[in-house]
Amino acid sequence: MSDPEGASINNTSSGPVNRLLNSILLLWRDASIRPLIMQAVVVLLVVAMGAWVINNTMNNLETRGISTGFDFLSQEAGFGILQSLVEYDESHSYGRTFTVGILNTLLVSVLGIFFATVLGFLMGVARLSPNWLLARLSSVFIETFRNIPLLLQIFFWYFAVLAALPHPRQSYALGDALFLNLRGFFFPKPVMEQGLSAVFISCLVAVGLALFLRYKHRKQRVETGKGISGAPYLMAALIVGIPAITWWLSGATMTFDMPELKGFNFRGGLSIIPELGALLLALTIYTAAFIAEVVRAGIESVQKGQKEAAASLGLKPGKTLSLVVIPQAMKVIVPPLTNQYLNLAKNSSLATAIGYPDLVNVFAGTTLNQTGQAVEVIAMTMAVYLTISLSVSLLMNIYNKRVALIER
Amino acid sequence: MIEQELKMIPAREPPKMAVGTIAWLRGNLFTGPLGTAAILLIIYGLILTVPPLVQWLFLDATWFGASSEACDREGACWAFITARLDQFIYGFYPSEEYWRPNLFFAQLAVLVGWLSIKSTPWKKWVLGYSLVIMPVVSWFLLYGDIFGLAKVDTHQWGGLMLTLLLALCGMIASLPFGVLLALGRRSDMPVIRSLCTAYIELWRGVPLITVLFMASVMLPLFMPVEVSFDKLLRAMIGIIMFQSAYMAEVVRGGLQAIPKGQFEAFDSLGLSYWQGMIMIVLPQAMRLVIPGVVNTFIALFKDTSLVLVIGLFDLLAIIQAGLNDPKWLGNSIEGYLFAGFVFWIFCFGMSKYSQRLEQQLHQGH
Repeated sequence: MSDPEGASINNTSSGPVNRLLNSILLLWRDASIRPLIMQAVVVLLVVAMGAWVINNTMNNLETRGISTGFDFLSQEAGFGILQSLVEYDESHSYGRTFTVGILNTLLVSVLGIFFATVLGFLMGVARLSPNWLLARLSSVFIETFRNIPLLLQIFFWYFAVLAALPHPRQSYALGDALFLNLRGFFFPKPVMEQGLSAVFISCLVAVGLALFLRYKHRKQRVETGKGISGAPYLMAALIVGIPAITWWLSGATMTFDMPELKGFNFRGGLSIIPELGALLLALTIYTAAFIAEVVRAGIESVQKGQKEAAASLGLKPGKTLSLVVIPQAMKVIVPPLTNQYLNLAKNSSLATAIGYPDLVNVFAGTTLNQTGQAVEVIAMTMAVYLTISLSVSLLMNIYNKRVALIER
Repeated sequence: MIEQELKMIPAREPPKMAVGTIAWLRGNLFTGPLGTAAILLIIYGLILTVPPLVQWLFLDATWFGASSEACDREGACWAFITARLDQFIYGFYPSEEYWRPNLFFAQLAVLVGWLSIKSTPWKKWVLGYSLVIMPVVSWFLLYGDIFGLAKVDTHQWGGLMLTLLLALCGMIASLPFGVLLALGRRSDMPVIRSLCTAYIELWRGVPLITVLFMASVMLPLFMPVEVSFDKLLRAMIGIIMFQSAYMAEVVRGGLQAIPKGQFEAFDSLGLSYWQGMIMIVLPQAMRLVIPGVVNTFIALFKDTSLVLVIGLFDLLAIIQAGLNDPKWLGNSIEGYLFAGFVFWIFCFGMSKYSQRLEQQLHQGH
């Protein structure tokens, strides 16, 4: 507290006001108290602003006659939804529309992530290919689709490409099973009959056993230098054998529900509506272009010396790739890759622009318009995306800690 | 004794040519039978697709006309674009005032050129002008209602002009907020740190479309009844809030790259926190993050197309609206190709610029 400047003020000043100012100045100059004062001021400001906003909102809602609270979730929604993974019709509640929206968002995200990963890895590897033409082509692909807004790409697929498909009566057909037309892509639906659930369970058991075998095999190889002989064949036999035997023993049957043209559209089977198709195409291609760059950067980050070292140890090119290059590249690839996955999930909200019934379209769109409860609806919508993002980031951090290079 | 016959070992094959066209072809195209097969397949595919595409895009295209009926040839109907080009660029801006957006574009072009060409002088002042004065000047230039300029309401703005405006506004305004948030997130004060972290993670965790919905539906609710916001202003506020969070993360990356010694050095010189940040840390950090900033700008530029969902007519939205004109039905491919081309030019240009910067930065070390 023996601040020389503070002291000089003290000398020249007299009177109670100056003395008060002086002691405030001394507090302000104290390095352990100043942060406390500043934080208190910030908290006060934030609270004041929050109170002001809440007060305004309450006034506004009252003048507009909009009710508050989450009671609307149990009211009847009264509108139809184009595609739903759970049972849904007009008589279900707004709460149900929320679920339907989340499921549709998750559906397109998961499918998109799968296809974008496959395409992205192919393109990323192709860009590094020694084949000049292939490398050029993939770089043209990447540079084109990365630099065009996703919304534009969605519109292109939906309004320009898929809208040009023929009417149901003139569908492109493959046999009597697959049909592609203006209304979507139709394909047979496998129908589970009795006994098939046993087969399904046995599949899970088989995969579990195979994974256990793989773990044992690897452990033994690390400890003794030699794994269980014939382990890969044994694993394949397990995965194919157990379900096949169960199938044969239980005598389960499986039939297909085939799509059929009835009137103006197809009935039966499963279908991908054009909105989902366009969204999926655009999301896949757009994200794949980014993933390709991530993959390329990852592979390039592995130093040449690593490959040379592996080769001089006598590893074959395939083993070099799987034991030396890919594990190191993955450390660089995975964090930005997860980022791309999150971007894809967030970008799937553009679905609303072409009417695919995702969360934003169904909930922040129709439900918001019908109930007018903007605050609750938008907050719930944001909370869903936030939950996805934060939980993935959390998993990511755990993963990063596990794989981070342990330095000497 | 056994007579040994001395024999020469047969000479080895000469090494394959490592230079020249044939060697290049062998090394880069016809690599083994699989590579050769792939190449032939690709070339076949290109022959199948490229000539008809060129035919459709250029040779058979109709370039001018008053409606879809003018496009009686096989190829693309670019008449749709040429006839409506003014609208695609200026939106519904009154045509006798086109010189104002033109002046805005010219100013932008000069500034961008000035800042990206290496040998121009007074870079600092030009940068300061672009970040502080240019936005204000541009606003008055386009909005008018001052110095005898006619007032042009924001609902008449649209097209490429609006796209550029939204992107620029998001970029320039998010810079200071981003820097403050980044400093806050690295602050020693727990309250400020957690507030900044919460803000950043909140906006980065939600899609822009929900932010725009929020800005357009909820902002009017948050304000006192008598305050009313323009639709454009609401979109801008949404974009700025969103973009600041991304900017903050980019700047934080730069701050983290500054060695601790720099902080200790300004402390020991007796500089205050802000003096040290402004004079020592930020100049170094900002130079490091320029490529990252340009990359977020590219993302923002593409994202501005989302304002379509809240009813603003940016480049994509105005083309989309034009496609529904009964006079011009059936030109959706041409419309989207044009929009894609314009966006692509801007984004590709910026990404090349950022790559060049990155290389320059690398050489410095």
